[in-house]
Amino acid sequence: MLGKTAGGLFWMFRYLERSENTSRMIDAGLRISLTRSSAAQSEWTSIITSTGLLDAYQQRHGEVDGAKVIDFLLRDPSNPGSVLAAIEAARTNARLVRTALTREVFEAVNESYMILKSALAKPVPDRDLPELLQTIRQRTAIVRGTLQGTMVRNDIYDFARIGTFFERADNTARILDVKYYILLPSVRHVGSPVDNVQWDLILRATSSVRAYQTLHDSEFDPRLIANFLLLDKRLPRSLAFCYSKICDNLGYLEEDYGNRPICHDMVDSIYAKFQNTSVDKIFDYGLHEFITEFLAGSYALGEQIEKDYRFSE
Amino acid sequence: MSGESHFDEMYGRDGKTRGPYSEYCGWLSDEDVSRLRKKSVEAETLFRRTGITFNVYGMEEAAERLIPFDIVPRIISGREWSRLSKGIEQRVRAINAFLHDIYHGQEIIKAGRLPAEMIAQNDAFLPKMIGVTPPGGVYTHIVGTDLVRTGEDDFFVLEDNARTPSGVSYMLENRETMLHMFPELFSKVKVQNVSNYPRMLRRSLGRSVPDACDGGPTIAVLTPGIHNSAYYEHAFLADQMNVELVEGHDLRVVDGRVAMRTTRGFKPIDVLYRRVDDDFLDPLNFNPESQLGVPGIMDVYRAGGITIANAPGTGISDDKAIYSYMPDIVEFYTGEQAILKNVPTWRCSEPDALKYVLDNLADLVVKEVHGSGGYGMLVGPAASKKEIADFSKKLEANAANYIAQPTLSLSTVPILAKSELAPRHVDLRPFVLVSPDKIDITPGGLTRVALKKGSLVVNSSQGGGTKDTWVLEE
Repeated sequence: MLGKTAGGLFWMFRYLERSENTSRMIDAGLRISLTRSSAAQSEWTSIITSTGLLDAYQQRHGEVDGAKVIDFLLRDPSNPGSVLAAIEAARTNARLVRTALTREVFEAVNESYMILKSALAKPVPDRDLPELLQTIRQRTAIVRGTLQGTMVRNDIYDFARIGTFFERADNTARILDVKYYILLPSVRHVGSPVDNVQWDLILRATSSVRAYQTLHDSEFDPRLIANFLLLDKRLPRSLAFCYSKICDNLGYLEEDYGNRPICHDMVDSIYAKFQNTSVDKIFDYGLHEFITEFLAGSYALGEQIEKDYRFSE
Repeated sequence: MSGESHFDEMYGRDGKTRGPYSEYCGWLSDEDVSRLRKKSVEAETLFRRTGITFNVYGMEEAAERLIPFDIVPRIISGREWSRLSKGIEQRVRAINAFLHDIYHGQEIIKAGRLPAEMIAQNDAFLPKMIGVTPPGGVYTHIVGTDLVRTGEDDFFVLEDNARTPSGVSYMLENRETMLHMFPELFSKVKVQNVSNYPRMLRRSLGRSVPDACDGGPTIAVLTPGIHNSAYYEHAFLADQMNVELVEGHDLRVVDGRVAMRTTRGFKPIDVLYRRVDDDFLDPLNFNPESQLGVPGIMDVYRAGGITIANAPGTGISDDKAIYSYMPDIVEFYTGEQAILKNVPTWRCSEPDALKYVLDNLADLVVKEVHGSGGYGMLVGPAASKKEIADFSKKLEANAANYIAQPTLSLSTVPILAKSELAPRHVDLRPFVLVSPDKIDITPGGLTRVALKKGSLVVNSSQGGGTKDTWVLEE
């Protein structure tokens, strides 16, 4: 496979995952502003911060305002990190790697682009927002479904999956990075409404409210939430889950290609941090430090994968 | 429809359904226009979803457009086709012999059949190709011979596209779309199959391997990139042939071979089906500004390290000034009269011809010698007085840059217009594959249709559309 094609697949699925995660995040913010309006502004700030777009937003709009954040994240043409820009980038990458995709996968991406481009051509009225956010997630789910249902399990599939889980772990880590302090033992005020709102945001932004409730009989508990999102391999958006998948797919590549470039050791060492630990040990070490180190390691891993598999010259 | 001066392929000149269309018209008479319109919209949705679009240069807003597809097929009888394909094969054979001669002994010039300056002063002539024999002796692996029709038995060759002819993906997708929308029609009318073109292309390219090739040939398609107007086609062909689609920056010369950067290192390519013009192919040997090519590929080529399809320098044979000599060229190399006619052509470089052309601009079509895509041409009968006056100034200033032809009364085939069938002018581009031992021509080709009433310009960049082309089984 061409190095360029591997890179195109990796980024195509990163962008799809990113647009889906942004939509989840907006959904979580929207829910909070509808149910607990007093907390809304600070939560919108958390959301825009976790996407890494706070500076860009402030340059454009100044003060954080729910409606403006939503428009900025969804479609503002001046924002290269918007959902619309991500879908467009996913589709451009799909065109670039078209020969590696089944017709079903290409058409699923292309149709998603056509639908969302027209749905996001103008600011979205409030009443249409919930449906639109759902559409974004449905479209990316269809792409993922056609990938799983129609693609041969080979290196093409591996790069697509690595991109997906790489981006997903990154998103989960970013929301934790912004919100880590509300999970710390020192500031626990169990049951206080402020904290509940923030835990709610974390779980909603990762679509794991229901999963949490299914797996934990207890009330929301910050220690359990942290454990859930960091270490629980049953949750498809936890860091441990995502990295076990990246390890698997890099492992298939190793088998297939018969070589083991540097990124394999890097991913193993990141994954090891989730294996021989517990949430209490992470708290002892420092949750913020843990997440900061994770994000740095993940960034370096991304660069190494790109180098090892010759994505570009 | 009768009373008009042109020949309609469905209804002839007298309004009676012609033989090849009889079964189709029988089916059509039971259809109503509103169902056909619905089908037509359905077809457009299919094309859009599949991403069969083309980019229009210089139009930011309409960056991606569909080529309009008309659902009424153009039908050619098996007998008509076998005569056409003989003529095309003869012509393509002659072109390959001509190219070999021009880059070697130039016997045709020595024999006085072609003026030396037609070659020496021609931008499409590539001195770097002198004395080079491409692998298998094939210059034009892929040719798209543009044909027009003016009557029952009157076909003319309009252009020999011997560089990088495009449109074959539309031929294939048009057929897939028709099969999808009108399955019942294909059980009624026996149409020759086109769908094995990609397999034949792959096989044909694989027969022209370079000396350096060992083992199964590695083939790749070279595209200028996703912003090129024909990118869809490049991706489509690579996909259908199951070969890599590469850009210049994926390639590099490694150990005397052109190799592509894969996830596992550099892999040599044996046959490169390039959809990049000569000038951009090699910044070391040609245009130094080019980002689209591979530095040093010409040196590898000359040393027998790679096959480039089509060979560099083939443009000399589809040049519009050379075109006027094609009947001589066919006769010189095959020893036979040309089966397919040329359109009478005035070379404006010749003073007598120029005078005639200037005096008769309103009746002529004038084209740039190196132009393509319908740009920079004058269609006299459709032009205003001012356009003609402006054009004659351009013509006088640079006469050698132009040729002129009579305005042919092109045949029509009906399209589905708003509420009825209406005749529109068409041309035909059959696709020809040349390998060292044989020439394959896919039955039919791409029918292009001028969608505007009375218009003769069929180019997709100028608002033309396409039709599925049926060659009936004999």
